[in-house]
Amino acid sequence: MLIEKNAVAGTLESSDAQVSVEPADELRLNIESVVANQYGRQIKATVLETLSRLGVDKGVITVIDKGALDCTLKARVECAVFRSCDSSEAGIPWGGAVNG
Amino acid sequence: MVERKKPIKNRLRRTMMFMNAQKPGLIKDAYIYGSDSIILDLEDAVAENQKDAARFSLYHALKNIDYGDTEVIVRINGLDTPHWQEDIRVCVAGGADGIRIAKCESAAMVHQVEEAVLAAEREFGVEEGRTLLMAALESPLGIMNAYEICKASDRMFGVAISGGDLRKSLHVQIQRDGIELNTARSLMILAARAAGVQVFDTMFPNIDDMEGFKAEVIMDHRMGFDGKSIVNPKQIAFVHETFAPSEKEIAYAEKLVRSCQAQADAGIGVYTVDGKMVDIPFFEDAKRIIALAKACGVYHGDL
Repeated sequence: MLIEKNAVAGTLESSDAQVSVEPADELRLNIESVVANQYGRQIKATVLETLSRLGVDKGVITVIDKGALDCTLKARVECAVFRSCDSSEAGIPWGGAVNG
Repeated sequence: MVERKKPIKNRLRRTMMFMNAQKPGLIKDAYIYGSDSIILDLEDAVAENQKDAARFSLYHALKNIDYGDTEVIVRINGLDTPHWQEDIRVCVAGGADGIRIAKCESAAMVHQVEEAVLAAEREFGVEEGRTLLMAALESPLGIMNAYEICKASDRMFGVAISGGDLRKSLHVQIQRDGIELNTARSLMILAARAAGVQVFDTMFPNIDDMEGFKAEVIMDHRMGFDGKSIVNPKQIAFVHETFAPSEKEIAYAEKLVRSCQAQADAGIGVYTVDGKMVDIPFFEDAKRIIALAKACGVYHGDL
């Protein structure tokens, strides 16, 4: 998928994460987390894995993590990417590119 | 990834606790409180511009969180919204045990949902017929059509009354004694029992009024409901306590079951137990009480 416009998903509430995506010519990741010391690497791995499943290889991805579980993180990344393509409302490939 | 067990149509459902599917902090802990069912809500709890985000959260929660023996039902958006079809796709793909149809008013609405569920089961390779349905009756028309709704599908396990909307259409406010919903509750119970499905009462909205809540739970039990929608974990224990058969009821049921077997063997139909006339329907009810006591974990006999 190609990030076509700026989009955001998620909140700054505890146990959640806010993910913003912007169009760009290369892939850039900014991660800010309340648990960066302990889980920074895992968060990065989850975000990268989710992006790769969606076929996203370009864009600025900003994650502000408030202690989200892996499954929440994935959900927020996916929602932001689908929103950036105006395709978050229907026909989601559940169990396909959206998985795990 | 969690493999969800096949849903059971006639399981114990004393409490069905509502949870906002959009709030990660809520859904990750939902099962630890011990309600029989949880209802992850895509409808009223989720703002109109977050319906998409809630589905992504829901999908991953269903796939990754081990809810144990807690049943997971999803309340989908109304059939008059642009959301319900995608709601059904995500429920089926994620393996939810059942779907709660909001604002249900007719058998035709159940059929509409059933068709979409079947299509989704085929799309995602889920066993056909796996996904159960229940309907929320929230309008006078829904109550009047309760029987056809209950009978509309083999997937239907029950109906629930939804008091908030119903009270508005009936031009009444919530009353301490429940008189304002008495007719609606009674009609729905009759319809559900006639159709052989379960029946659940509406949630009690004032979380801090435990006394009012308890009075309503006792009334629900006396009226014949199978369980109740709840909105807070602190409401669980009292409902479970109230809906479990008492020691006295269990002892009497045991006596009936044992004596009935003996009498039937001797060729006797109607007889007396403790001075009261009993016959076959008593025997059936006694068996139901023993089964309920077992399901509630309060039976320690050997029947």
